[in-house]
Amino acid sequence: MRPGIIKVGFLRGGLEIKQFMRQRESVVFTLLFPIMLLFIFGSVFKGDLAPGVTFSQYFVAGMIASGLVNTGFQQLAIMIPIERDFGTLKRLRGTPVSPISYFIGKAILVFVAMVVQVGALMGFGAALFGLDLPNTTERWLRFGWLILLGSICATILGIAFSAVPKNGRGASAVVSPIVIILQFFSGVFFVFTTLPQWMQQFAALFPLKWLTQGMRSVFLPESFAAEEVAKSWEIPQIAIVLLIWTVVGTVLALKTFRWSDK
Amino acid sequence: MANELAISVSGLKKTYTSKANGSKDAVAGIDLDVSRGEIFAILGPNGAGKTTTVEILEGYRDRDGGEVKVLGQDPAKLGRDSWAWRNRIGIVLQSTNDAQDLSVSETIKHFANYYSNPRDPESVIRDVGLDEKKNARIDTLSGGQRRRLDVALGIIGNPEILFLDEPTTGFDPEARRAFWELIRNLRDEGTTILLTTHYLDEAEALADRVAVIVDGKIVEVSTPENLGGRNTAKARISWLENGQRQEIESDFPAAEVTKLISKFGGEVPELTVIRPSLEDIYLKMIGQP
Repeated sequence: MRPGIIKVGFLRGGLEIKQFMRQRESVVFTLLFPIMLLFIFGSVFKGDLAPGVTFSQYFVAGMIASGLVNTGFQQLAIMIPIERDFGTLKRLRGTPVSPISYFIGKAILVFVAMVVQVGALMGFGAALFGLDLPNTTERWLRFGWLILLGSICATILGIAFSAVPKNGRGASAVVSPIVIILQFFSGVFFVFTTLPQWMQQFAALFPLKWLTQGMRSVFLPESFAAEEVAKSWEIPQIAIVLLIWTVVGTVLALKTFRWSDK
Repeated sequence: MANELAISVSGLKKTYTSKANGSKDAVAGIDLDVSRGEIFAILGPNGAGKTTTVEILEGYRDRDGGEVKVLGQDPAKLGRDSWAWRNRIGIVLQSTNDAQDLSVSETIKHFANYYSNPRDPESVIRDVGLDEKKNARIDTLSGGQRRRLDVALGIIGNPEILFLDEPTTGFDPEARRAFWELIRNLRDEGTTILLTTHYLDEAEALADRVAVIVDGKIVEVSTPENLGGRNTAKARISWLENGQRQEIESDFPAAEVTKLISKFGGEVPELTVIRPSLEDIYLKMIGQP
């Protein structure tokens, strides 16, 4: 009897989390980086964007969305080439483990890291920057599926993109600029509607813009929906874009995933 | 089982092309049969094609020609059942550097979950001699301990064939003896073992049969005792006579020595009788003086 692909995936997830927790620098950095950014931006931009909407409130939505991109896409697109260099993947290739189990393990790692990161960011934001937490069950539920779907989408795209860097040393240089540019284009550091139109349209092709918008629908008052480009949060569109990217990412990941550099 | 061969290879070819060197035959037509329950060693200098050959058998590399069957299946055409084939083989790669943040026993126990019929992790840890280190982080292990962990991960799935690529590099002599004992025990339990090595004493101590590869071709397949006609090679007898070193080669060294004894009327000064060592034979085969 073959050990279940999903069961092995969850076991791998547990192992990935254990390994991640033992790399103290990366844990501290993952948790502190968004908090530091919130601190910097919250200190620089005081004042309200709309009645009852501080810049910090707007910015937290963007930070959580780009946390998904950093923890999922960026981290994996850099880490997997390093695992190829170290022979981790070559060793796994020689065992009966399915690539799907490996993917599931990564998704679990990303999801758990995200939950911890978001918890820390929200706690810190509420305590020091007067961040308003979601105030209805509906918003919490939406928050939940956005984090879950966002984690899966970012994970699978990170795995798919890991085929691009030739090796672990060059991975960061290939991946990081893409993430930073997407963050600027997607309304993470600036209010999205103040960006040039071509930038908005370009960003709308990628999931980060939609994740950021989804997070705004969780953290900003309902009245702010009228300030969005489409005068609405566009929740169904957000779900559709994330699902399409997840499917495309899965197809690409299964096609291009390499266990070794040959 | 009808097929008593664990591995059968015929006409195996692999060519690498690079801009700098043009195309080079890393493996230039290899034929090889390994029976079940045998320890088979592939011996050869660096760059002879040992690792390429083994990695084709392990399913890591494509080949450019020839037939390969490992446990009755072609490693290049596994398709959907690849897990079932990998469930029956164990691989110890040349060098790895992974899972540094985990402990020995965490890693071995985790890998046991990948197989349908794994060995008991505790007894595997004992067998490879890592009992004292089982709670140590992998990044604190010495090179030899790390290698034993690699072997533990190779055998945790209770494989029918174990591939070992230069397994004892970096071992101290005591660890090597212990390791050889472990490999013999695996063989006695029925595991087929394919070993690459450039240590002659390792091939001599372990292997039932040895293949010598030079430049991607097999020069000879034989038992270690008979390699290169070693068993029938002439013995070299040397002694001191009138202040001069004398040397003769003979198929009948005992008779020659008897003659010398009667000639000298007793002890023969500085008498030695040498049969060519495996190393002499091997160096001759790979074209070294």
